[in-house]
Amino acid sequence: MVDLTSVLTYAADGVYALAIILFIVALHRMSNPATARSGILWAGAGMLVAIIVTGFNPDVLANGSALGTDLLLMLAALAIGGAIAYYAAIKVQMTAMPQMVAVYNGMGGGAAAAIAAVTMISGTSGQAYEALAITGGLIGAVSFAGSIIAFAKLQELINSKAVTFPAQNAVNMLVLAGAVVSGALALADPGVFAHVAGLSVIGPLGLFFILGLAFGFMMAIPIGGADMPVVISLFNAFTGMAVGLDGFATSNYAMIVAGVLVGAAGSILTLLMAKAMNRSISNVLFSAFGAKEETGTQVKGSLKPIEAADVAVMLAYASKVVVAPGYGMAVAQAQQKVKEMMDVLEQKGVQVKFAIHPVAGRMPGHMNVLLAEAGVPYDHLYDLEDINSEFETTDVAMVIGANDTVNPAAHRQGSPLFGMPILEVERAKNVIVLKRGQGKGFAGVENDLFFRDNTRMFYGDAADSISKLVQELKKL
Amino acid sequence: MTTPIDPVSAILITILAAFTGYEVISRIPSLLHTPLMSGSNFIHGVVLVGAMVILGTAKTPAEQVIGFIAVVLGAANVTGGYAVTERILQMFDRAKKAEQGKPKGGK
Repeated sequence: MVDLTSVLTYAADGVYALAIILFIVALHRMSNPATARSGILWAGAGMLVAIIVTGFNPDVLANGSALGTDLLLMLAALAIGGAIAYYAAIKVQMTAMPQMVAVYNGMGGGAAAAIAAVTMISGTSGQAYEALAITGGLIGAVSFAGSIIAFAKLQELINSKAVTFPAQNAVNMLVLAGAVVSGALALADPGVFAHVAGLSVIGPLGLFFILGLAFGFMMAIPIGGADMPVVISLFNAFTGMAVGLDGFATSNYAMIVAGVLVGAAGSILTLLMAKAMNRSISNVLFSAFGAKEETGTQVKGSLKPIEAADVAVMLAYASKVVVAPGYGMAVAQAQQKVKEMMDVLEQKGVQVKFAIHPVAGRMPGHMNVLLAEAGVPYDHLYDLEDINSEFETTDVAMVIGANDTVNPAAHRQGSPLFGMPILEVERAKNVIVLKRGQGKGFAGVENDLFFRDNTRMFYGDAADSISKLVQELKKL
Repeated sequence: MTTPIDPVSAILITILAAFTGYEVISRIPSLLHTPLMSGSNFIHGVVLVGAMVILGTAKTPAEQVIGFIAVVLGAANVTGGYAVTERILQMFDRAKKAEQGKPKGGK
C-alpha cells in the first residue's frame, strides 16, 4: 500500500507540470491578437490548479494539523490579499491600467522577497540554496520598491517628474554594493553584527533587505513618467527572475519554470518596448529623462486660440487630414466623437488618417484599441514610420490631447526629450492642437509646436470640442 | 520535505524555460505589449504557491508573520493580475466586434 504523503507529493508535481504547460500555452495565445483574449483563461486555469494542489501539500497539512490555526490563517491571508486586489483592479479607470500592472507586480516581488527571508531565517536549506534564495530576495525587494514608486508616479501620488541629484548613479551603485555585501554576510555568518550597536537587532539580513528596498526606490525615482511602461516591464522581468530563484531555493518546479519563463519573456518585452521608443535600456535607466528643465530656451511666438467654426471650415476644405491622438483623447473618452468627425469629413471627400505614436497614451497599443473600439477601421491607423513622410502633404494635422509625442524639442540636442522619435506634425500646412489648458506634457517640457505660426490652439475638453466641431461641420 | 533539486536538472530547466519564454514573446506587434506584460505579471503570481508552503510550514511566529505577508502579497498578485489582464483583453474583444460590425465598403 502506497502511503498518502508520497501520493500527494507526486500529485503536486504532476499538477505543477500541468500548470506550467497551461502557462506556456497562455503566453503563446497572448502573443497573437486573434487568440489573445482566451490566453488569460488558460493561465487562470493553470494558476487555479496549482493553488489548489498546494493546499494539499503534505508538509503544509502535517504542520497545519500540528498548530491547528494554520489553515485558518492561510485562508485569511488569501482572502485579504485576493479580495482587495480584485476589487481595486475592477474598479479602476482603464487609463490607470499601467500603474495597476506595476502595483501587482510589486506585490509579487514582495512575496518573493518574503519567501527568501523565511528561507534564510529557517536556515534548513543548505548554503547553495540559501545563496539562490538571497539573490532572489534582492531582486524581489528591488522590484517591490521600484514598482511601488512606478505606481505612485503614474498615479501622480508623488511628483511624476524625474528626481535627480549629483552623483546619483554612483550613490545608487554604492547602495547596491552595500546590499550585496550584507547579503553575503548574512549567508556566511548571520551573527556578524552581534556586537555592532544599532545593527545587532536587524542583523545582516535586515540590513540586506533595507538596502535592497532602498536600491529599488532609488532606481525608479529618476525615471520620468513617459518612460515608466518600459521600467514596469523591466521590474516585471525582475519579479519573474526572483520567483524562479526562490523556486530553486525551495525546490518548487512551478515557481522555477514560471519564474524563468516570465523572466525571459519580460526581458525580451522590455527590449522590444525600448526599441519602439528608439531608446536603449541603459538610456532609459540612467539618463534621467525629463530631469533637466530647460530654462534658457526662449519660446518664440504666441499661443493663438481658434474657435470650432473656424476649425470646421479649415477641415472641410482640406484634402488630407491627419489626426494624432494622445492621452487626452483617452481621458476625455473622445474616440466615439473622433469617429463621427471622421465619417462627416469622409462624406465631404476629405481623406482622414490617424497617426499612432508607439507610446501614445502611456500604454503601447492604447490608441489602436480605443479607436478600433469606436469603429475606426485598422487601415486608417498608421505607425510613426509610415505617417511621418506624409505630413509634408497634409493640409491639417489635428493633435488631440497629445503633447510629448509631437514635441519638436525631441530634435534639439540638450532637450530632455532629445532622441525620442516623434510624429512630425509641425511639417503639416496647418496644425490644430486640442488641449484642455496650457499645461505641459508628462515629461514637463515646454512644447514650442504650440507657438508656431502654423499652429492654432483649440482649447477645451476633447469630447466637447469635437462634438461642437461635428455640429459646425454638418452646417457647412 | 521535498527533495532538493539537483544542479544539472536546475540548469537544464532554466535553459529550456528561458528559451521557451524567448520564443513565445519575440516578434509580436507593439499593440500586444501591454496585455503581454500584464499576462506575464499574472503568471509570476505563481509565487503564491511558494508563499503558501512557507506559511503552511512555518515553525516560529516570525516565520508565520512573514509567511502571512507573503501569502497576502502573492494573492494580490494573482487576483489583481488576472483582473487587470482580463480588462485589458476585453478592449480587444470590443475592438474586434466593432471591426466586424462595420459594413464593408462603407455606405
